[in-house]
Amino acid sequence: MASFQCDIVSAEKAIFSGNAEQLVAAGVSGDLGILRGHAPLLTELKPGPIRVTREDGEEEVYFVTGGFLEVQPEVVSVLADTATRAHDLNEAAAEEARQEALRSMGDKQSDLDYTRAAAELAEAVAQLRTIQQLREKGSRR
Amino acid sequence: MAAAKEIRTQIGSIKNTQKITSAMEMVAASKMRKAQERMTASQPYAKLIRRVVSHIAKANPEYRHEYMIEREIKRVGYIVVSSDRGLAGGLNVNVFKAVTREAKYWHEQDVEVDYAAIGSKANVFFRNHGGNLVASKSGLGEAPAVEDLIGSVSVMLKAFDEGQLDRLYVVHNEFVNTMTQKPVVRQLLPLEAEADDDDEEETRASGSWDYLYEPDAKTLLDHLLVRYVESQVYQAVVENAACEQAARMIAMKSATDNAGNLIDDLELVYNKARQAAITQEISEIVGGAAAV
Repeated sequence: MASFQCDIVSAEKAIFSGNAEQLVAAGVSGDLGILRGHAPLLTELKPGPIRVTREDGEEEVYFVTGGFLEVQPEVVSVLADTATRAHDLNEAAAEEARQEALRSMGDKQSDLDYTRAAAELAEAVAQLRTIQQLREKGSRR
Repeated sequence: MAAAKEIRTQIGSIKNTQKITSAMEMVAASKMRKAQERMTASQPYAKLIRRVVSHIAKANPEYRHEYMIEREIKRVGYIVVSSDRGLAGGLNVNVFKAVTREAKYWHEQDVEVDYAAIGSKANVFFRNHGGNLVASKSGLGEAPAVEDLIGSVSVMLKAFDEGQLDRLYVVHNEFVNTMTQKPVVRQLLPLEAEADDDDEEETRASGSWDYLYEPDAKTLLDHLLVRYVESQVYQAVVENAACEQAARMIAMKSATDNAGNLIDDLELVYNKARQAAITQEISEIVGGAAAV
């Protein structure tokens, strides 16, 4: 399969740079898969996993908390707010964060707190989703 | 022997100064390494977002964002990045010289200039030399955060949105290497289609294609372009911080060297003075003995 140049950066550092065959990301209007020759596209990203299939068939999963995705036919750039290698994610911590967010949403003290809690919840859920995807992939092997 | 004593104390005080400057040199050297790490860490993001934005500038979008339209220039804005502290050689002065040159150029064309000062040295400069200062931020410390800059940046962006500014520049020091820092003026808004050298899709004619946007062009570009400006200013600030430490290291190194030279010279003078005093004493004794 033909490959394209793929760069993933977060505000703190470069995460991935190299050739990729396929990239799957969570855009604001739904998940999208990118192959070489895709039409130019710009989208915002939701918190969620980014899956990159490298040229050698290895798949790598990253977790981003939001950002932008730019697609050119031969170059794909991911500008993440923060990105982590999915392997480094901690399921227990994510689950705890989810519970915490649910609790503080129950309080509904002020609107500001509520929106923040909702954002935290979305992020925790997205982290869990990433971990689950990673696990499914592992069990398939 | 009075002159010799004075020279002794002078040597002592220079030695003390030398100790201070050499300590500052070492502190700057270790801070520089950290500042440099911070600079290289955020560089990929700034570079990539610049690439994306220059692609956008080349496209022919359905929705032309305010930031992409060249307007008739009546008033321009400069974000001037400086350090908070001095003793860094010509670092800040070079930036201010570059700003003054630009201001003169605009003045000749009857264009007014607004400034946003980042770092207290820029603040002081505009207070002393005039210039319409609309925003200022200082006390960023050694690890500046993006949040600290959003205030001053948004003042400038708002002015741009409201049509008070027709162009926005950022001026800062570029880190060439440890020995060399040079001031650069970069245009932030409106966007420029950069001529990137290593681009593989250069064949694609500019202006004849457009992106697919999700959710829609306006929301997306609003967010992306604000993020772009913030990241560029942030990069300018961390780069300037690395420059500051490098420049201070060099300045303090040469101060230490100069103090060493000064001490050598003074020691020579001291030795001569001492020798002269001894010779005089001997000749007095000899003269006295001869008279007897």
